[in-house]
Amino acid sequence: MRTLISALFIGLMSLTSIQAMAASGGVHLDPVELDLSDKASLQRGAKTFVNYCLSCHQASFMRYNRMAKDIGLTDAQVKENLMFASDKIGDTMTVAMRAEDAKKWFGVTPPDLSVISRARGTAWLNTYMRSFYLDDEKTTGTNNTVFKDVGMPHVLWQQQGYLSHDEETGHLEHATEGELSNYDYNVMIADLVNFLAYVGEPSKIQRLELAKWVLLYLFLLFLVVYPMKKAFWKDIH
Amino acid sequence: MFASLMGWVDARFPATKMWEDHLSKYYAPKNFNFWYFFGSLAMLVLVLQIVTGIFLTMNYKPDAALAFASVEYIMRDVEWGWLIRYLHSTGASAFFIVIYLHMFRGLIYGSYKQPRELVWLFGMFLYMALMAEAFLGYLLPWGQMSFWGAQVIISLFGALPFIGEELALWIRGDFVVADATLNRFFAFHVIAVPLVILGLVVAHIIALHEVGSNNPDGVEIKKNKDANGIPIDGIPFHPYYSVKDIVGVVVFLFIFALILFYAPEFDGWFLEKDNFVPADPLKTPEHIVPLWYFTPFYAILRAVPDKLMGVMAMGGAQGLLFLLPWLDRSPVKSWRYRGPYFRVALTLFIISFLALGYLGTQPATTLYTNLARVFSIIYFAFFILMPFYTSIDKDKPVPERVTMK
Repeated sequence: MRTLISALFIGLMSLTSIQAMAASGGVHLDPVELDLSDKASLQRGAKTFVNYCLSCHQASFMRYNRMAKDIGLTDAQVKENLMFASDKIGDTMTVAMRAEDAKKWFGVTPPDLSVISRARGTAWLNTYMRSFYLDDEKTTGTNNTVFKDVGMPHVLWQQQGYLSHDEETGHLEHATEGELSNYDYNVMIADLVNFLAYVGEPSKIQRLELAKWVLLYLFLLFLVVYPMKKAFWKDIH
Repeated sequence: MFASLMGWVDARFPATKMWEDHLSKYYAPKNFNFWYFFGSLAMLVLVLQIVTGIFLTMNYKPDAALAFASVEYIMRDVEWGWLIRYLHSTGASAFFIVIYLHMFRGLIYGSYKQPRELVWLFGMFLYMALMAEAFLGYLLPWGQMSFWGAQVIISLFGALPFIGEELALWIRGDFVVADATLNRFFAFHVIAVPLVILGLVVAHIIALHEVGSNNPDGVEIKKNKDANGIPIDGIPFHPYYSVKDIVGVVVFLFIFALILFYAPEFDGWFLEKDNFVPADPLKTPEHIVPLWYFTPFYAILRAVPDKLMGVMAMGGAQGLLFLLPWLDRSPVKSWRYRGPYFRVALTLFIISFLALGYLGTQPATTLYTNLARVFSIIYFAFFILMPFYTSIDKDKPVPERVTMK
């Protein structure tokens, strides 16, 4: 049911997103529904992440085996399918590229993505990944409405295709078609953002799990201590 | 068996005497209301901060190259590290909420007035120490806001004439906030300032128990004693207020847990977004905003066009609070029996303080700066005009005994 709702939500978003963004001069951010219990979404996000992000960006605080456990995979599955950059399951998600090389190639070292979802916010990430457009003046050939003159190229161009930016209206429209429909691309990005939100705070899963027990305990404790206070104070007028 | 053991101890250490003086035979007014929970809650949060702080230091690295990563290490790899860290970061904001409400109680019921001037002064020094402690601690995660917040605040010392630049350099230990700064801030945050705070808490409570607690009626309960010399309107702190404060503690912890577990960042108010970006001396964030508990004073600083005058105004805004016991000329303590002038003045003061707190979080546009100036003037007028309006105020008669409302 929840997946159905989020699918509908994402579908609606994809219909309205491009217009909505243009409406407020490119700074409008499309929120994305997060669900850390949706293991399938997290697994799809992880796949996109290791295939397209992890060649340049690190997530140097995130361990593969922790990820495996939290997103519902075995160590063997992760080793087989998601580990290209290192060989020990206890490693963190680092890249082989040296920082100084990266700086030479992109003009800036690609930031570590471990806590990017907490620094930028998930709506920003969601919008950013959908807002690359063709720009001849850039060496990468693309620019971004959310992050002007960003050093990062449009990595997912095969999936989304290229967009062009209408200077007058601010609209983003397809210049070339990608392999995925708008809807499927938006789902892909939503899964990626969901995964990045998980990477930003893996302990959130435990946090939300523990929360209800702590609150229940405090509530029960209140049921004990309040009558106790009443009993002690019954003679004070 | 227990009695003889206590006898042995008491002959060597005043254990029973201290228990009686401060708890079982410390007579507190029986009419404490909601506002009287925050003193014991402040103690609770202090203990929470010390205990969680000790566990954080076991894995935190006070090193500019390692600090940011060590905090994430605590959040991910340390058993229960995320809980300890959130208890500490949420606790910091909770501390200020509790302290501000505690101080507000002092204002409305005149708890700073004779004979409790020293209680108030020790409390004010505690408030200053707490602000220092929070400022020092905020550098430790070594995020962008840690770095630039410290950079801005330390540069304020540079505004002082002659010695300013040298002083700022001496505080930082480097030309910019750097590893040396982080190391010394760590030392001050984990041991120097906490020692001062603990000492002041002891002084605050000893002074309070010497003169006795005020109450919502502002009536001195020691004026009416029974044949045994016990105040008629007094009840022993233990068990009456210990059982009552436990209820307060449980309710507080419930709200605290709601925030900690469901919104530990509190939408950027308790943990700022920019602080999830590692400190970068070459990249200034767009808006440098101190955490919410400093923003009233930050707004006053920005409201003054001249930097040195701004720093002095900010210092003055805090300094005037110390003088409160001597600025207030009214013989009446409690809000309940105060005349209209004080009531209006205090209301305007609280509105100004909250408004300045909001404005301190916003970009300094012309409108907001002008508003901050208006509220700053009201803030200062509350204190400077106090000797006049409190001496001509039409106070109401104060009852002989406390009332139970």
